[in-house]
Amino acid sequence: MYNEKVMDHFQNPRNVGEIENPDGSGQVGNPTCGDIMKITIKVEDGKIVDCKFKTFGCGAAVATSSQVTEMVIGKTVEEAKKITNKMVAEELGGLPPVKMHCSNLAADALRKAIADYLGEDFTEEEHDHHHDIEED
Amino acid sequence: MRRVYLDNSATTPTRPEVVEAMLPFFTEHFGNPSSVHSFGRDVSKYITESREQVAKLIGAKDSSEIIFTSGGTEADNLAIIGIALAQKNKGNHIITTQIEHHGVLHTCEYLKKYHGVEVTYLPVNEYGQICLQDLENAITDKTILITIMFANNEIGTIQPVHEIGNIARTKGVLFHTDAVQAIGSIPVNVQEMKIDMLSLSGHKFNGPKGVGALYVRKGVKLVPHMHGGAQERKRRGSTHNTTGIIGLGKAAELAMADLDEKQKKLTVLRDKLIKGIEERVPEIILNGHPTERLPQNVNVCFKYIEGESLLLNLDLQGIGASSGSACTSGSLDPSHVLLAIGLSHEVAHGSLRLTLGIYNTEEEIDYVLEVLPGVVEKLRQMSPLYNATK
Ligand SMILES: Cc1ncc(COP(=O)(O)O)c(C=O)c1O
Ligand SMILES: [Zn+2]
Repeated sequence: MYNEKVMDHFQNPRNVGEIENPDGSGQVGNPTCGDIMKITIKVEDGKIVDCKFKTFGCGAAVATSSQVTEMVIGKTVEEAKKITNKMVAEELGGLPPVKMHCSNLAADALRKAIADYLGEDFTEEEHDHHHDIEED
Repeated sequence: MRRVYLDNSATTPTRPEVVEAMLPFFTEHFGNPSSVHSFGRDVSKYITESREQVAKLIGAKDSSEIIFTSGGTEADNLAIIGIALAQKNKGNHIITTQIEHHGVLHTCEYLKKYHGVEVTYLPVNEYGQICLQDLENAITDKTILITIMFANNEIGTIQPVHEIGNIARTKGVLFHTDAVQAIGSIPVNVQEMKIDMLSLSGHKFNGPKGVGALYVRKGVKLVPHMHGGAQERKRRGSTHNTTGIIGLGKAAELAMADLDEKQKKLTVLRDKLIKGIEERVPEIILNGHPTERLPQNVNVCFKYIEGESLLLNLDLQGIGASSGSACTSGSLDPSHVLLAIGLSHEVAHGSLRLTLGIYNTEEEIDYVLEVLPGVVEKLRQMSPLYNATK
């Protein structure tokens, strides 16, 4: 179901945890839909120097969280803001179509953490909340 | 790597004895059992034997009460649609439960949508059992069918089938039960339990996939849904799946011979597994009934973690299991069964189902108990919900 890169991030997630006294923090998702992500960031001179995540969710949710932390460390806040869910999924070499919902949260959590750092408002995007696959 | 299969409620491996019994019917005994010539007659005899084995397994009076189907789903469809159409003039109300397999639930939804059938979905208690009083109250003079599963595929809860059969018979309503998970695991007797129709499936008790049966008590009329040839006494057209039927018959024969032993063995393994998990992992919920439970079923929710992650991690250690999490079901909602027993979405997402089979061993259970706590802890350490409460 998942490709090698996704499984690598799932098995060896990077930057798991929570930064103490973070400069920004964002949590998105809710227990009802099955995925929750929390991202914390440390910012120095306009650059994100550390980023950690905690995730309650499936393989895709864990892998995208892990991937987004890797993508963001070392970037300026302005650059980091431009990271989209699609970019994260692409960086992972693609995700199964039914998993797009779960992968939609990682970049959201990041943007929420950045908004928190900048003191801006954050409105969570409405994502298509439907997985369309066959049952067995 | 070590591999441990604990998803026997999804499917089981076919027993070698069953495969062996099937093989000659691909090549040597290949005739169409409906044919007049010796090639066909030769096969027809064995089909009859299989039918008798299946009838015996469920305590049917006569083998003519067995209709071979392509599996449990088709048996459910044939029973429910067949009765709804046959009894159109009598009524249009069906009673079922909230925790049925989709083979039953989606069939009821279909009848509701296209045939104006009314459906009552009985709730269940925290252990997954219906309340008999609810059932009695739901019956009206329009009720034509009660369809309640014998035992649940997710949480293993066994329904009070005897009592349901009594109520149905007293009220003059037909009773169908999806016994796909119960057959070959616990004793089932259609006559004693006053069951009018029963669905079973070969691949759940070490028979081949793609073959099952519907028991229909003599005298019960149903409208067939597969129109074509005159096979199965005109109740299910299509050339017989000879190899599958032979395999099903052999599996039934073996299941009957081994029932006591299997039941004992799996109960021991099940209780070892449950006890072991309870001892090693804090903050869990055992789903299903403490005693009225299939010997093969363990279903546990691990708080703060999600089921698919759990399955993937177990799979990486060679353990095959399943979950009622949304992300494994393809919808955003976790299993309807777990919600029906009153679990919150959050907790239901963290469910794990381990289902035993005849080939599992104690060492395998030890291995699972060795691996599982570490996997759960790893995921909890990663969970934002875990810290929030610590
Ligand atoms: C309770 C129950 N009913 C019906 C079925 C469907 O059986 P089959 O796979 O033979 O169609 C299953 C198997 O998943 C089941 O567990
Ligand atoms: Zn998911």
